[in-house]
Amino acid sequence: MTDPSPDSPLRPEHGSLLTQNARTKRRNAAEKRFKYYGMAAVGVGLLALVVLLVSILGNGLSAFRQTHITVEIALPADTLDPGGNRDIDDIKKVFTFGYAPLIQAALVAKVDALNARPDGMSDREIGALISKQAAATVRDHVLANPDAIGTTHRFRLLANGRIDGYFKGRVTMDTAERDGNVTPAQLRVADALKDDGALTTGLNPRFITAPDASDQRPEAAGLGVAILGSLYVMVIVLVLALPIGVAASIYLEEFAPKNRWTDLIEVNISNLAAVPSIVFGILGLAIFINFAGLPQSAPIVGGLVLTLMTLPTIIIATRASLKSVPPSIRSAALGVGASKMQSVFHHVLPLAAPGILTGTIIGLAQALGETAPLLLIGMVAFVREYPDAPPEGFFDPATALPVQIYNWTQRADPAFVERASGAIIVLLVFLVAMNTVAVLLRRRFERRW
Amino acid sequence: MSDQTTLQEQAIMDDIKISARNVQVHYGDTHAIKDVNVDIRDKMVTAFIGPSGCGKSTFLRCINRMNDTIDISRVEGTILIDGEDIYDAKVDPVQLRAKVGMVFQKPNPFPKSIYDNVAYGPRIHGLSRSKAELDEIVESALKRAALWAEVKDRLSAPGTGLSGGQQQRLCIARAVATAPEVLLMDEPCSALDPIATAQVEELIDELRQNYSVVIVTHSMQQAARVSQRTAFFHLGHLVEFGDTGDIFTNPQDKRTESYITGRIG
Repeated sequence: MTDPSPDSPLRPEHGSLLTQNARTKRRNAAEKRFKYYGMAAVGVGLLALVVLLVSILGNGLSAFRQTHITVEIALPADTLDPGGNRDIDDIKKVFTFGYAPLIQAALVAKVDALNARPDGMSDREIGALISKQAAATVRDHVLANPDAIGTTHRFRLLANGRIDGYFKGRVTMDTAERDGNVTPAQLRVADALKDDGALTTGLNPRFITAPDASDQRPEAAGLGVAILGSLYVMVIVLVLALPIGVAASIYLEEFAPKNRWTDLIEVNISNLAAVPSIVFGILGLAIFINFAGLPQSAPIVGGLVLTLMTLPTIIIATRASLKSVPPSIRSAALGVGASKMQSVFHHVLPLAAPGILTGTIIGLAQALGETAPLLLIGMVAFVREYPDAPPEGFFDPATALPVQIYNWTQRADPAFVERASGAIIVLLVFLVAMNTVAVLLRRRFERRW
Repeated sequence: MSDQTTLQEQAIMDDIKISARNVQVHYGDTHAIKDVNVDIRDKMVTAFIGPSGCGKSTFLRCINRMNDTIDISRVEGTILIDGEDIYDAKVDPVQLRAKVGMVFQKPNPFPKSIYDNVAYGPRIHGLSRSKAELDEIVESALKRAALWAEVKDRLSAPGTGLSGGQQQRLCIARAVATAPEVLLMDEPCSALDPIATAQVEELIDELRQNYSVVIVTHSMQQAARVSQRTAFFHLGHLVEFGDTGDIFTNPQDKRTESYITGRIG
């Protein structure tokens, strides 16, 4: 080979390094453009998140506050305990209908004492300021303390949803004009009660603990049964999906021969992960309820269905983290005479644990937010009774957080919009908490060495 | 050793630790080892040399049945250790590997403490009855691997935090701790710097007192330095096997001569 001459194409002429040539300029411009595209994409994502959070927090935070009216209610013995012997069974015969007039009378007395009754307002309209739930609250108190009969007791009762909405800005004098459920006069009475201090708006722990309530009393609706139901479902998913998923992954990854059958299983597990969740609901309906005869609306069925849904996620995550353990560790263990199982359980599994845990928690979080399959197995039911403690409670009717949200968004009363948004906040808090745990666990395990 | 008497010959024959006959290894369609016959003596270092892909590592892995872990591999022929066929259906490879320890090309300590690395083998094989006994095993294994002085104050530190040479000596200590009779080393120095290599080579010479050592190496100088017997593999065949001095000074086969003079490989 002869030396190339100076003008040979093998040796291109380079210009000064102090000026960019056209090609470099073009490449730099492309790089800069790409950077801006990326920033724009991130910006759009962040904007969507901000809009979502602002709208949910704006709508839902007020669900954690509730308006109450404090009144002194006389509990006359002749209406509440006609037998006069304080027998709890006799007292139980007086239903909430017996208590409603007492509450109304107490509030009317209060309003009249304040001189706040507008012209022509009936006692009934004044009584409507208090929630329909109040009669049950008073009755429960009397049943718990029969000695209170014959005395006057101070009760802090829920205000009607519209009155509550008035103090949260949802209901105004203008909307009340057009609203069949509330009148501006009632709102003025409420204002008077507030000035007196009888009506207060404060924190509402019952939103977290109380069961659902009917369409007419949004102010009483709470998430207690839904949270408990979701918790039961999650326990079942964790207890079933984690061991089954990890065992299946370990077998497939470490022990199973690599042949056509295991390939087929692998493909099908990936396919299962992509099956729409409602299909799992139909499967659960057909197999667990119709065939196996498990009760409808029960957390056990929800847990089983969501286990099926979560398994592929856990298996895929576990296999990926098992695969990422260097083979040299396996050789090392086998080389000192460990059996296959010892090498897996002593060395491979601990190294794969952070990945497995992360996959499991992501799977659980996915299951926690899943609605569609639960609709099909009847967990969308209106449930006012708390399920029992496990294990019997797994078979009691319950609902779940996402289903409760779906349920509330279906209701007509605008107060349920606030409730649904509040429930979304609770669900998001749970999800963020679970993801935080996932991140913390991973950090902890990875820091070991 | 040209002036051996018949009596000495007999003594050496008794001293044979590993005896391979007509060993064939297939990886799927590849015939990796072709008809290898070799007798490896006790308390000696035997080196396997040869160009890349010649099958020396594959043959080494046959001796403790590590090839079993590869689905597509198939081993034929017989390998006897102390007269017992290790490929007999009754042999559990786990038991075999306790008797035949292995050190790998890349240092691969467990991501556990130095102590746990060495103690793992004795633990799973139940070699100690008490903590004190285990401590003793760990100490003697680390001493034998010439690592004790460097790590005795930090036994609970992670094994993966040691330098490359220390890690490899830790792996040797780990292999020694299970009290094997044969020690297989698959290019133990290929990832080490010259100083660490020298330390490991010195160690191999020490280990010869108690074990029969088989070492695969790419470095002919290393084979010449540490081994008493050398086997030259080429394209799956065992081309030549004999005393290290003879192989390097007076090779019988043209291929051996070409390899050690650097013309093939």
